Amino acid sequence: MTITWDSVDVGTELPPQSFTLQRVDLIKYAGASGDFNIIHWNERFATEVGLPGVIAHGMLTMAEAVRVVTDWTGDPGSVVEYGVRFTRPVPVPDTDAGATLEVSGKVTAKNDDKTVTVTLTTAFEGQTVLAKAVARVRLP
Amino acid sequence: MPLNPDFVGRTYPAGEPYLVSRERIRAFAEAIGDTNPAYRDVSAAQALGYADIVAPPTFAIVLALRASTQVAHDPELGLDYTRVVHGEQRFAHERPIVAGDELVVITTVESIREAAGNDMITTRGDISTTAGEAVCTAHSLLVSRGADA
Repeated sequence: MTITWDSVDVGTELPPQSFTLQRVDLIKYAGASGDFNIIHWNERFATEVGLPGVIAHGMLTMAEAVRVVTDWTGDPGSVVEYGVRFTRPVPVPDTDAGATLEVSGKVTAKNDDKTVTVTLTTAFEGQTVLAKAVARVRLP
Repeated sequence: MPLNPDFVGRTYPAGEPYLVSRERIRAFAEAIGDTNPAYRDVSAAQALGYADIVAPPTFAIVLALRASTQVAHDPELGLDYTRVVHGEQRFAHERPIVAGDELVVITTVESIREAAGNDMITTRGDISTTAGEAVCTAHSLLVSRGADA
């Protein structure tokens, strides 16, 4: 079903999703993005610099969160603007369970140019890890 | 150590063009675990009106990161890269990146400031095709954590 601009209102909620990250996902993301910062794969180094352990790339968390929008519209090109502030690291333990992000989204503005503003909430262990996570989304 | 304020307004020229391949987009989609067919299948992307497979909304970081690393590692800037964390990121897309795009990035230092003992630098990466078509603007805030922060 295509989501149209006429069919949504301020307050419309997007289907929430959870995304699980394991260590292997951080390795894959490092390779795919070119971000090989040591804190994303080396436990020894990460703890030495005062982190709770290996942490997910902020950009990986940002990429997961917006899937709530692209899965809602079906069209990745519908996201015309997307920004976040990284407020809290997401430690990814060396376990099968990994770390799980809970993402929800809500339409917070309807704009004249056939876009809507979606505000995303991304939580890890009950705490928000992305602030000001806002996407402007073009709808048919 | 405070960052060199002379860097505000400085622009870094586009390096070698980046040719966006289908395989790079597929690998990025695979890394974020996203099974959207528009990231993999040409006919699915074409059904949405694109010439070729589409990149996820944050794929542009691949280009922006390469460009901003050039700034962050400039020795004259005085940034201790081992203490840098990503503070904020924003993308404004003129259109989605698609496979086959040949892209260049021009990076500009927009601001440098200090707050609570941390050095902060914002950069803007203007991503366009080699033919001059604007594709995406990437805004990044990098924070270098002060020794006491």
